[in-house]
Amino acid sequence: MLTVGNVSVRYGSTIAVDGVDLTVLDGEIVAVLGPSGSGKTSLLRAIAGLEPISSGTVRWNDLDVTNVAAHRRDFGLMFQDHALFGHRDVLGNVNFGLRMRNESRNRQIARSVEMLALVGLSGYEHRSVDQLSGGEQQRVALARALAPAPRLLMLDEPLASVDRERRQQLATELHRIIRASATPTLLVTHDLDEAFTLADSVVILDRGHVERAGNARDVWRNPGSITAARFLGVASEWTFTIHGSIEGSTVITPWGPIPAPDATQRQAWVGFRPVDLRIDRAGPVDGTVRATWFRGDHFVSEIDTAFGPLTAVSRTSPDLHSKVSIAADLDAAVVLGA
Amino acid sequence: MIVAPRIYRRVGRALLVGAPLVFLGVFFLWPVGAILGRGLSAHGTIDLSPITEVLRDPSLRGVVLFTIWQAALSTLVTLAIALPATAALSRFRFRGRGLIVAALTMPFVLPTVVVATAFRGLGIQGSLLAIVVAHAFFNVAIVVRVVGASWVSLDRREADAARTLGAGPVRTLTWITLPALRPAIVAASSIVYLFCFTSFGVILVLGGPRFATLETEIYRQTAQLLDLRTAAALSILQLVAVVAALLIAGRATGHARRQIIGSQFRHPPRAGRERLVVAIALSPALVLVGIPLLDLVRRSFAHDAAGYRHLSETPLGAASSSLHALGTSLEVATAATAIAVVLGLALATSVTRPGQRSRSARFAELFVVLPLGVSAVTVGFGFLIVFDTPPLDLRTSWWIIPIAHALVALPFVVRATVPALRAIDPHQREAAALLGARPTQVWREIDLRVVARAAGVAAGFAFAISLGEFGATLFIVRPETTTVPVAIFRFLSHPGATNVDQAMALATILMAITGLIALAGERFHRVGRTGSVL
Repeated sequence: MLTVGNVSVRYGSTIAVDGVDLTVLDGEIVAVLGPSGSGKTSLLRAIAGLEPISSGTVRWNDLDVTNVAAHRRDFGLMFQDHALFGHRDVLGNVNFGLRMRNESRNRQIARSVEMLALVGLSGYEHRSVDQLSGGEQQRVALARALAPAPRLLMLDEPLASVDRERRQQLATELHRIIRASATPTLLVTHDLDEAFTLADSVVILDRGHVERAGNARDVWRNPGSITAARFLGVASEWTFTIHGSIEGSTVITPWGPIPAPDATQRQAWVGFRPVDLRIDRAGPVDGTVRATWFRGDHFVSEIDTAFGPLTAVSRTSPDLHSKVSIAADLDAAVVLGA
Repeated sequence: MIVAPRIYRRVGRALLVGAPLVFLGVFFLWPVGAILGRGLSAHGTIDLSPITEVLRDPSLRGVVLFTIWQAALSTLVTLAIALPATAALSRFRFRGRGLIVAALTMPFVLPTVVVATAFRGLGIQGSLLAIVVAHAFFNVAIVVRVVGASWVSLDRREADAARTLGAGPVRTLTWITLPALRPAIVAASSIVYLFCFTSFGVILVLGGPRFATLETEIYRQTAQLLDLRTAAALSILQLVAVVAALLIAGRATGHARRQIIGSQFRHPPRAGRERLVVAIALSPALVLVGIPLLDLVRRSFAHDAAGYRHLSETPLGAASSSLHALGTSLEVATAATAIAVVLGLALATSVTRPGQRSRSARFAELFVVLPLGVSAVTVGFGFLIVFDTPPLDLRTSWWIIPIAHALVALPFVVRATVPALRAIDPHQREAAALLGARPTQVWREIDLRVVARAAGVAAGFAFAISLGEFGATLFIVRPETTTVPVAIFRFLSHPGATNVDQAMALATILMAITGLIALAGERFHRVGRTGSVL
């Protein structure tokens, strides 16, 4: 189990990582999610031992590894740009860590062949890494990181350099491989799909500090803060008054009442992701279409209503400036104390 | 728990940067400082009057002025001949292109004495023309290399954009391409100027008594007139000029580095007219380089190859045969190369270490190129003055020669290997470390792999430099350790057809050896990503 305790990373007077706590349990996949500049790569490098920590501790089980050099930590890292060794072939890359551990030649080859099979690149042993496609390079990088059986696997934006159309497929593949290797994994990314497809738990990082952490589904349903909610895709938001009654406190929205999260407060913040608001003739809220974007399998429109602007989806393209009605999936609403 | 390795690491790093700096301190700063000290200190105080005396003396002032304008003229002639050739080689792809590049860049590593011998054969010795043309001969290589490298890294889209906006080929060249190349041209020019300014062998062998530059005058004042004060004053003037040229070159290349690396594709010359233009652009440079060398080879076989037949004979008044000199040169070059490559790699590694503070790294880099600028004659004479007492009584030691040669070659080794080491993606080292590689293993697995090729090129270059080194060697050589360039010079100083034949034969052999090294280096250079030694 990895335990990061109150870790800070400073570059001169700027604080890249500010007192971050996080844990990665055995067999768990944790995603650190944040916009660029949130300090997530610095955090990853600090955990790897590549970046000096200005305060805090990094522990593996009961062992403090804060002052252990990177090459003795036994943590594997897959770099965003893969950092494959261009002067070695695929096998030379994958067996590198085993060679550094003075494994026998037979063991090196057996393990490398096994890893290449795991990532679906059997028979690629003697290919030059420069001749591989981006996806293939990524698999070699993954096989290389996993070959020495590190106690922790770290991934830096694992799918960032992959074509968009292949990303979903590779994410699924990556998930299968990590699960098969049963290695606890920490990944950092700015991509929501990537994080929520791969991770059991997510940590949302904003300007160096943890904004929200927890089980992936819980965090998605309840981002915990307005900043986190906006980062997690909430595009339409209002503040409504909380009404107390015998059944409990409720927030009255134009689409109906929702249970209030915190009865002690007078107002609640309510947000919807675009997919949870849709143009529907039966919807109770009316508005005028201000702009529409085509998104392939659906349309996204900005709509002005009496309650202010909102963003909603539809199957067909609404006419510009036409009057539409909007329905909401109330169960998916994000409700926070305001 | 890992305290001990940390201490080792620190000691290792200190050695890495310390050993080369100590070497430079002992074998460069001390001798040069001693010369300057002798010249400029009177009764324990610094006395700058020799400098003003030099500038007041009309004949010495003439030497200073001649040094300046012959270097300027040589630089202009070099540019005029080399730039069209560079353009043709950078823009077009054609059969024999690689061979022409090799032929044009080889002269740079040729020993000055060999070149001077070749030009003597043409019957223009003792004239300004001979000096300027010989300088151009050497330095075409610098322009082709430095400007050519910049040319192929130009962002081609800028020229394309100019073409789509209606600029013809000529206006594209003058408005877009040449301005973009200006930093490279300035850098190349200042290096050429530097070499012409400090030229020694060419002036001594080709110029005759009529022409003297600072460098030959320093030699005359120290070796013949034993006037150390004047020599020191001249050395200081030379040092100032050299540092100025280096600063200009450094500034210009600093700008050049900020250029976008695009992709300039060479295409074959299309129409007949383009082929004609390429031929016209290349021919002056090819004539300049080709004629003297071919003529040298032809003349070396004169009198039924007498020069070669008498190589093993010991000439009258000499201590050993030419064959012996050849052996000495090869041994010395091997030792000098080993010293220069080991120390140069250590220094290059330490200045490119990640996390190395840039100011100290830049200082070390600047410090190491200093020997480039100080006259080899000064260094050689400083050796004689300083290393005459125990514990460093090296006057009779064989090692004094390879040490002097390594000093001259060291800057080139550092310049060739630093860019290769800098080009290593830091993630590569980090990836290796995370896979369990110790720092020494990281160096072996990542740095050494990348730098091996550059180090190979640098080693070849160091070998060639040692084979051709003349100015410093002339001072420290003893009869039984005569090297080939010194032997050639001695043969040429004595009248008689036999002596000239021997000089021509030795020059041809030396040219063949250095030429082969240059060709091998060119191979290496093209295959790998290495820094340029120029």
